[in-house]
Parts: sequence; C-alpha cells; structure tokens
Amino acid sequence: MSTTEQPSVPTNSGPDFNPGPDFKDIPAFEVDPGLQRHLADARVNVELDTGDMIINLGPQHPATHGTLRLVVRLDGERVIAADPVIGYMHRGYEKLTEFRTYPQVTTLINRIDWLSSFANEVPFVHAAEQLMEIEAPPRAQYIRTALTELSRIATFLLFLGEMGLQVGALTPAFYGFRDREHVLNLIESATGGRFHPNFNRIGGLKDDLPWGWIAETRNVMKIVLDACDVFEDLVLGNEIFQARTRSVGIIPGELGASYGVSGSNLRASGVDWDLRRDGAPYLAYPELDFEVFTHPDGDSFARYWVRLQETRESARMVLQLLDKMPAGPIMAKVARIIKVPAGEAWVETENPLGQMGYYVVSKGGTGPFRVKIRSASFSNVSILPWMLRGVYVPDVVTILASLYFILGDIDR
Amino acid sequence: MGLADSGMLQKPVAKPLTWLLNYSRKYSLWMFQWGLACCAIEMGAALASPRYDMMRIGVIPFPASPRQADLIVISGTVTDKMAPAIRRLYEQMPDPKYVISMGSCANCGGPYWDSYSVTKGIDQILPVDVYVPGCPPRPEALIQAVVMLQEQIQNEGIGNDDMRKRWNGEPINVV
Repeated sequence: MSTTEQPSVPTNSGPDFNPGPDFKDIPAFEVDPGLQRHLADARVNVELDTGDMIINLGPQHPATHGTLRLVVRLDGERVIAADPVIGYMHRGYEKLTEFRTYPQVTTLINRIDWLSSFANEVPFVHAAEQLMEIEAPPRAQYIRTALTELSRIATFLLFLGEMGLQVGALTPAFYGFRDREHVLNLIESATGGRFHPNFNRIGGLKDDLPWGWIAETRNVMKIVLDACDVFEDLVLGNEIFQARTRSVGIIPGELGASYGVSGSNLRASGVDWDLRRDGAPYLAYPELDFEVFTHPDGDSFARYWVRLQETRESARMVLQLLDKMPAGPIMAKVARIIKVPAGEAWVETENPLGQMGYYVVSKGGTGPFRVKIRSASFSNVSILPWMLRGVYVPDVVTILASLYFILGDIDR
Repeated sequence: MGLADSGMLQKPVAKPLTWLLNYSRKYSLWMFQWGLACCAIEMGAALASPRYDMMRIGVIPFPASPRQADLIVISGTVTDKMAPAIRRLYEQMPDPKYVISMGSCANCGGPYWDSYSVTKGIDQILPVDVYVPGCPPRPEALIQAVVMLQEQIQNEGIGNDDMRKRWNGEPINVV
C-alpha cells in the first residue's frame, strides 16, 4: 500500500485531533498547583479531577519483610505521601531487659534483628565486659569476628535473593536460600543454633570450635564467592533489574546521614563510613585487611551493588581470620554469678543492617538497670516518608526491599 | 462444597468416598503464610529453599488472599496490636480451615512471657490444630507439622460431629 492510499481512520491524538465543538464548552476547573507537576509528568492533556486514594500496605504483606504498615496516599499510580505505622512487632525489649540477668539478656537480644543474631550479641557483651573491665581472649575475639561475618553473609545472601523476588524474578530467591543454608550449617555446627546461637558469654564464648570447622568454612567461603559471581551476572547484569532499580529511591548522602541512615544504605549514597574501620576498635577488625565499598548513586541499584561487594569482602575476611586464628583459651576468668559494677557503657558496632548500639546502665546488680537499644532499621525507615514521595506504586516495593530492614529491629 | 448445605453429612457416608475426599483435601492445602518474626524466615526456608521444598508434600504457599486458603501458619511473635488483624483475616478464610502455630512465641509467648505487649499464645484467639515447638523451629519441624495435619485430615470422618462442625465453621474441641 502506498502512502497516498492510507485510510483515514479517525484518531484521538496528534496535531490534527479535533475534540469537537462540545469540548470547548466545558469550563476549565482549577487544579491544585501541587497536582500540576504530576499531571505534567503523566502527560495528561485533559485536566481530570482524580481524587486521592488512601491504601494500606500491610501490616501483613510479603514485601514489607514482616509487619510494617504503610499508609499510602495515591494519586493514580503515584504516591503523594507515605506514612509508616510501626509497632506491630513491639515486644518491649527495653523493659524486659530490666527484669533479666546479663546472660538472660543475651538470649533476648538475639531476637532483635533475627537475621544476624550473632552480630546483635556482640555489642551488648562488649558493654558488659567494659563495665567489668575484662577482655575476652584473642581466640574468642577471632571466633566472634568470624561468626559475626558469617551472620553478615547469611543476612546479605537472603537480601541478594529476596531483592530479585521483589522485582519479579523468582530464581534468585532460590539461589539465595540455597547458598544461605551452607552458612547456617556452619553457624549451627559451631554454636548449636541455626538462627539464635546465644553463643557469647561475658568474657568469652561458650565453646571452642568443633573439629574440622575451619576446613569446612574454607569450602563454604568458596561457595559464597561463587554465589556472589552468580548474583552479579544473574541479577546486576539483568536489564529488567536495572530498569527497576536505577535512579529509583535515591537517598542523597548528606540527607541520609542527617536522618540517621547507616550501614550499607548510607555507603550506597557515597558516604565512606564503616564502624568496623572508623569506629572505636572492636573484635579483630583492626588486624584485618579489608575494603569499604561505596557507590556514588544512592539508588536501589547502588544498595544492591554495595551489599553484593560486602558479601564478597566478608567472605575474604573470614578466610583471613581462619589463617590468622590464634590458639589459646576462649574464656576469661569470670565469676560464676556475674555481677556488673555500677557504671554506664555505650558500645556501637557495624551490624549487617547498620549501626547497632547499646547503652547499658548498671547499678551493680546481676541485671542491667537500663538498656537503651539503638537499632539500625528504625533510623533507616525514618527516611521512608521522604523517599516514597512521588514514586510509583511498584517502586515502593523495590525501595522497601532495597532498604532491607527487619521489623524486629525497628520495633524491638 | 455444598455437602453441608445439602444435609449429606448427616447420613453415614460411604468409606471410599470419605477416603477420596480427605485424600484430595490433604494434598492440596493452600497455605496462607502469616510471617511475623524470626519463624517467618524459617518458614520461608521451608517453602522457598531447594533443600526443604515444602511444595513436594502438597502445600501451595502463595494464595493471593486468605479467602483462597485452607491453612494458616502463624509464625512468630503475635503482639496485642497485631492480634485483631490476625483474627480478622482468619475469619475471612473459607471453611474448613486449619491453623498451625509455629514457634514458642505463637504457642505461649516464648521468651516474651512477661512482656506487656505480646499475646501469650495464639490459641487465645484462634483454634490451633498443630503446635510446633522451638525458637525458631527448624524447617523440618514445620514440614513434620504439615504431615501431622495431613494425617489428621485423612482420618477425619465425613459424618462425625467434628467434621460437620468444621464444615459449618463452628469451634471444635482440639485434642
């Protein structure tokens, strides 16, 4: 068919579009200036009065990692305002710690951030050790560091899979769970618990490592490093994943820092700050050679990239620790009934989710007088109302997934 | 189903029919996953991890809404703020419906037995069929719980009182 013989099909767009005489008779109504931006973005030529819609995301939704509830005000497909409602997982930790002895508190605080339980124990035990003026032997410090890094790997492997799930790819989730099982097996063989090891004692550790653990860990670290390569090819290189995450959910570095965002989320915004390197020295980190990764973009993609690199770096750190592992006792001399002298201590560490700190006030009893818990996720989600303003509904899910919070860590 | 409405359950039902009905029901449990806390990760490992893979025993874990579910797994700490929502979604499930309480927190409050904000036991608001102990239970324990529930479903008589109550959605005595 030549171009001259094109049938004249009436269209409702284009420069020749004539809506008819009736259209001009409709009086133009006033549009809220705040709405003009959305209309311009959506290229809506006709000013339709679309009312806002308020929907609840959660409290039970797989994308919210538990029980976060977001009250979202929508204009069509675009979020105007988002208000996180927290407290559905509030278990009253800070009050419960006042009624427990120090070893019992360790059992409780395993369950604050349930993905990286071992890393939770460390700052609290350090605070108690500071007050008692004792120090765990070097071998105990090394084992603690190795197990902290292993729990970081387990946490991030779950993230690397889960993030794929939230952008619509089911396969990475299976890979993440598969490779995470190897790491959980290591933690279980060393501590006896897959999830909640409760392995730290004030002054050291409960047990020494089992036979063959170090050789097995070397094997598993190879599996983890391979898994990181797989995730890099499968997810990061994926065109759809990039389209869903690039320039979505940007946190500017300074703004993130002022909101109290910490950990990988902040490093993905270009802020070069890692408590393992920059904070007060703890565990065996000063003796390790490791790199801190930052990404200038600050979007969801950057957060995924930083966590992927940190998983890899953690595996390298575990291998270093295994090479340098000293011999010796695993427990300092501590009285059977632990009484912590009166005083106050603040210890903060770099947990997988960010900065985790405990402010322990002791009045000389067997239990703490007051424990203030600074958990990472609470500050991380405080930026959500700012971040979610103006994004589309499907991007809410990817932003939530890429922030990577744990509800127990928010509500405590 | 219509069996309850037509009054068929009142009569003695032929045994092969009972067997066939129960056999079909027990291997097509649509499971509404109420992931709350630590146990949700273990439940996720039981469902999504290739090592455990719960779908091979006939549990389909992705209903879009509780209205499509036969089974609800309460996994994790239930707080007083959350409990009304759980009750409300449980009431939306069609009968017959089954409840698995996973983990110490859902069973009895667990480590938060003296907390001011935690519901001490989900059985205060829902009739529980199987309790899974542990903090958190291993994925194998959840699979075992599902197998036990399937045995229970297989042995349910169509004609007996418990079964009729289940179809009608009345509360039953959980032994």
